[in-house]
Amino acid sequence: MKVALFVPCYIDQFYPQVGVATLQLLEKLGVPAYFPAQQTCCGQPLANSGCERDALPIYKHFVRTFQDYDYVVAPSGSCVYHVRKHFDKLEQTAEVQHVRGAAYDLIDFISTVLQVETLPGAFPHKVGLHLSCHGQRGLHQANESELTPVRDGQLRRLLASLDGIELTHLNRNDECCGFGGTFCVSEAGISARMGQDRVADHVRNGTQVLTGSDMSCLMHLEGIVRRAQLPMRVMHAAEILNGLTP
Amino acid sequence: MSHALRADQFLLDADRTTWHDETLWFVREKRDRAVYAVPEFQALRELASQIKDHTLSRLDRYLQEFEAAAQANGVHVHWAADAAEHNAIILAIIRQQGATRIVKSKSMLTEECHLNPYLLQHGIEVVDTDLGERIIQFREEAPSHIVLPAIHLKKEDVGDTFHLHLGTEKGESDPQRLTEAARQHLRAKFLAGQVAISGVNFAVAETGGVVVCTNEGNADLGVNLAQVHIACMGIEKLIPRLTDLGVFTRLLARSATGQPVTTYTSHFTQPVAGKEMHVVIVDNGRTQQLGRPDFRASLKCIRCGACMNTCPVYRRSGGHSYDFTVPGPIGAILSPNIDMKKHASLPFASTLCGSCTDVCPVKIDIHTQLYKWRQVLGEANEIPASKKWSMKFMGRLLASARVYGLSGQFARKALRFLPHGLTHAASFNAWAVARELPEPPQQSFREWYQQQPKPVPQPPQPQVPA
Ligand code: SF4
Repeated sequence: MKVALFVPCYIDQFYPQVGVATLQLLEKLGVPAYFPAQQTCCGQPLANSGCERDALPIYKHFVRTFQDYDYVVAPSGSCVYHVRKHFDKLEQTAEVQHVRGAAYDLIDFISTVLQVETLPGAFPHKVGLHLSCHGQRGLHQANESELTPVRDGQLRRLLASLDGIELTHLNRNDECCGFGGTFCVSEAGISARMGQDRVADHVRNGTQVLTGSDMSCLMHLEGIVRRAQLPMRVMHAAEILNGLTP
Repeated sequence: MSHALRADQFLLDADRTTWHDETLWFVREKRDRAVYAVPEFQALRELASQIKDHTLSRLDRYLQEFEAAAQANGVHVHWAADAAEHNAIILAIIRQQGATRIVKSKSMLTEECHLNPYLLQHGIEVVDTDLGERIIQFREEAPSHIVLPAIHLKKEDVGDTFHLHLGTEKGESDPQRLTEAARQHLRAKFLAGQVAISGVNFAVAETGGVVVCTNEGNADLGVNLAQVHIACMGIEKLIPRLTDLGVFTRLLARSATGQPVTTYTSHFTQPVAGKEMHVVIVDNGRTQQLGRPDFRASLKCIRCGACMNTCPVYRRSGGHSYDFTVPGPIGAILSPNIDMKKHASLPFASTLCGSCTDVCPVKIDIHTQLYKWRQVLGEANEIPASKKWSMKFMGRLLASARVYGLSGQFARKALRFLPHGLTHAASFNAWAVARELPEPPQQSFREWYQQQPKPVPQPPQPQVPA
């Protein structure tokens, strides 16, 4: 199995430890992953801003970079969702179709492809799980409150398998955090308010460590947590599952 | 003015924003409970979606079938290409009766056509009989929600309004007493009404009848007391058969307010002996939307309001921030069809979280259409020039690994060395008004990776682009 790691630009630049944890976690699971150095971005920021046409060269570069791998794994469901759903704008060559199908969010890859449901290790903290919309509603990695009252999902199961962990019961299990890519600056007021409300739900219900599988939402939430100087740590799920302590 | 600027005004009152968000979230949760209780709810959504798709695919035929059946029932059928025609038709009917006092139950179409000001201009008194509509009519405001038109107002606001217009005691905010005052006031209006105007929730092609769903029974009361009933409908309100109706009535109230069914589901099929019934069928931009393959599904909307109640942006920005008759996610995909320039910011007033799509009882792919409108607006140059150019720049940057690597390093280093005050100045950086920037690490992931002892697994030979 040839697996490539896709590390989105903001993770590369601001959260390298998340890329490291992803790589190490995959290695522990017996899957060595390679990081093709010529990778850049999936093009989502442009496309979501209404500039899909300008994103096409980025899409093509992405496909060229990853077409020779069996899987492309990223610690960010949002990028994966974009590749799967919106690369339909490219001519659907065999390579394009292959890359669209080969792109996996890390947690999805662990659960669906590797079929791993439990992980060894302990994390004796109260953990609040932030469900990112593109992973949850877009890639169906977790149940949606619009459809069912049952709170279940891939990451919830993996986290629950750690010893000593307690998962926070939120009032609003899957409300959007308000990041939304360029939305976070073009609608900065609403974006911030949504993030503050999401963090308040975690504070109210006792979260010590806030986690999720999409670093973009977590970057936004961490910005709010740090501004309010709250005693709450924000960690990507790959770090927790890789055995890091807060 | 953009949605973001109007939203900022709403956000200034943080407590009211909290109250507005929680009030609508309460409705969303009521909806959830009602939905969970029906095991076949998802199958119903699929069925409703298919019925609407089918109807829209043969809309011309069903419209003609409806017209013929309605006429056979003794109903006058009128066709209006736009709002002006719609208003003129209604005025002509009223004039023909020599009437001056009109009662009107809830109808988003007449809001869309600005019927009230038009009639007032022509010396006709028109009274909205839905409680929420009456409140905002007193205040000369537009509805802020399609099902709950006065949801932006607290009971104290209503008390102030009724004190001014109905003479209730100053400071009265007891909902029971305020409602009673409105009831007494409206009773007189009902009795005096000469022509009753209503909206239409569903029009049945097979029977030529129209169906109106209300909780207050005000449509029935108005229609039954007046000499003439005028029902106004958009062309998209059709369903083929009466047997299809049950699918929609089961979905509508549950999605809207979490009720199993609206209190009144009133069928109007033919005029009472000696009275008149008219149906005005309106296009007003709908056929244009029908002609847009990416956006035609927006015409399946049954106006339940669920996408508003669930929308985290709508709940925190209020309906008026959309500045369009239909606010919220569905309004953001309907409005650019009417005026692309004026409503250019609405498709961007969303994180594309997709919750709207998942609650929509007729399965409109709302968030996908928001994304697609963004592309249409981008191509039409209706997005801010600064954004357009920075995106073009990014496009070139990110299509090349080498240029990208250099610029990232630069940004990260700059962030480390610039003083906090500069990187966080509000005018400089919209991110930093409410959020800290990430702390720049010593090295990027790719720098770290390069320093790792090889071999990390041997790469397959990637094809290097020319
Ligand atoms: S788009 Fe769907 S959810 Fe929104 S009002 Fe229309 S029917 Fe209801």
